[in-house]
Amino acid sequence: MQGLLPYIINGISVGGQYALIAIGYTLVYGILRLINFAHGDVFMVAGLVMVYSTTAMPMYLALPLVLIVTSLLGFVIERAAYKPLRTAPRMSLMISAIGVSYLIQNLAFYITGGLPQPVKNSIPWISDTITIFGASTKRVTVVTPILTIILVFALVALIKKTKVGMAMRAVAKDFQTAQLMGIRINSVISVTFVIGSFLAAVGSMLYFTNYPTVAITSGAMPGLKAFVAAVFGGIGSIPGAVVGAFLIGLCEELIKGAGYSTFSDAFTFALLIVVLCVKPTGLFGEKVTDKV
Amino acid sequence: MKKKETVFVMGVLLAVLIGAIILDALLPSYHIAIKVVKKAVVYSLVAVSMNLLNGFTGLFSLGQAGFMLLGAYSYAVLCIPVAKRAGVYQQYNGGIVQFSLPEIFSGLLGDKIGTVFGMLVALLIGGILAAVFAYLIGLPVLRLKSDYLAIATLGFAEILRAFFQWRTLGPVTNGSNLLKNYPDFSGATGYIILGGALIAVIVLLVNSTYGRAFIAIRDDEIAAEAMGINLAHHKRLAFVISSFFAGVGGGMLAMYMGAVQALSFKSSMTYEILLIVVIGGIGSITGSILTSFLYIASVEWLLRGLDSGKFLGINAPAVFKNGFRMAIVSVIIMVVVLFFRKGIMGDKELPDLLRRRAKKGGSAQ
Repeated sequence: MQGLLPYIINGISVGGQYALIAIGYTLVYGILRLINFAHGDVFMVAGLVMVYSTTAMPMYLALPLVLIVTSLLGFVIERAAYKPLRTAPRMSLMISAIGVSYLIQNLAFYITGGLPQPVKNSIPWISDTITIFGASTKRVTVVTPILTIILVFALVALIKKTKVGMAMRAVAKDFQTAQLMGIRINSVISVTFVIGSFLAAVGSMLYFTNYPTVAITSGAMPGLKAFVAAVFGGIGSIPGAVVGAFLIGLCEELIKGAGYSTFSDAFTFALLIVVLCVKPTGLFGEKVTDKV
Repeated sequence: MKKKETVFVMGVLLAVLIGAIILDALLPSYHIAIKVVKKAVVYSLVAVSMNLLNGFTGLFSLGQAGFMLLGAYSYAVLCIPVAKRAGVYQQYNGGIVQFSLPEIFSGLLGDKIGTVFGMLVALLIGGILAAVFAYLIGLPVLRLKSDYLAIATLGFAEILRAFFQWRTLGPVTNGSNLLKNYPDFSGATGYIILGGALIAVIVLLVNSTYGRAFIAIRDDEIAAEAMGINLAHHKRLAFVISSFFAGVGGGMLAMYMGAVQALSFKSSMTYEILLIVVIGGIGSITGSILTSFLYIASVEWLLRGLDSGKFLGINAPAVFKNGFRMAIVSVIIMVVVLFFRKGIMGDKELPDLLRRRAKKGGSAQ
């Protein structure tokens, strides 16, 4: 048990970070029926912005800047790459998302010169080392799940209680009817992307506190895994995404603990294929039937 | 009309072949032009195989890199000369595969023919292995709808990549280390002939009853089913055939690269090929081939200057630094994806070009 403990703590922490990314996937999928392949790269850009801004300015300016820049990036991506394709078939939208991901990675390569950027000035307080139950770890490991839960409750309140949230639910339920009822679709979709990117930025700051460098490809894997989490929990459902993310984070770290780290990635995808085949709607998803 | 088209297509193919032979005769085999042709042929084959699935059958699969990995590893493992195995499999005592197909066949058929024959057999085995895997993975996965299928196939490719890097399989796959020292066709002609023959098979398939069934499934699944097309059977067929060609293409890519490593078959490779298919036009074989040549030639050769400081006589090392080339290429790709959604060729093929020109001429008279 003592040997397993660090892995469990790590798993919960990683799960929290995946949850913050997975919400972005699940919100966008709920509304546009689009797997936003660029979301993992938005996460990576947030990490890069953090590295650059923390070296250039004091921490209390740098961190809000990361959140603002990343939210803005989500907004711009939606306006530039997805809005023109609103009436196009879903496949074109997905291709556009892959194109955006390719573009962001190549631009990031150009800007960074292709070298992984070292995280020199990590955020104080949360990067301190602490000891829980005899296992030493960074404070971020404990902060992440708590912060994740707080943010998720805030988000659920936003969706349940506010006008924008009501509009988001309406658009997710039925795109065209919502439009007929006078909901401004485009602003609702933009808000969705901004929220998703904001949470990804928070996740990114927590995630890269634990890593020495940010590379241009370091967004791809967490992105895909968060997507798997979203599918596992039932895509379109926020509690589903969060539960799925915590489970995946936990399983992954336990597999690493058992000495099969080569397969920790493979496990996630195997889980995906099994879930898709056995219960494609996931843990909390709604059942959709095809109409002719 | 029909005859004229056939003559036109044959003429173009012959011109390409003669061009390759001339290229081989004039330039040394390490020249960049020959490398571009080789790589472009490989990419054409893989892009066309992806187009068969994504463009003609309407199955949005992103597993291409995984099937290419299978083909590449089969080719490399089966073709490394026995004498060089100890050097390649340093950590695994020379590995457990202690034969080499080109050597076996050169013993049977004579040196030159035997080597080539052995290489072809190895490519074929790679293709068949990819097809078998595609059949197995297709059983559960092909029931899924568009985007779920994409993610499941992507996940499958990632699982394969993890398995090939596993130390326990090391005696066969050499773990996460390089496989190298296997033979290659020396010139571009071999690639053109082999790639051309394989693509020709795909073209014949698309024009057969099976091809028409695939297109019917793409256009409307329910209508196709009502017309008596067995959906499950035809989807599986398209998936298996596409994976076979992706496997052979992967083997040829291994041949071209001279050394393979599981690490390089990432999902970004699939994305690259998908974007080539999209730019060429989803559902156009000619488009995929043209774009492959265009893309490889510009990325590997023509736009090199964008990365090294000097391009078209403009000298600006501050802007034209490492990575600028790919940034420009991906901006162009996004413009095509957003504003020229039909790509270069739409769904037209080579003979259609002739027909359109003939029609224009006719109306002018």
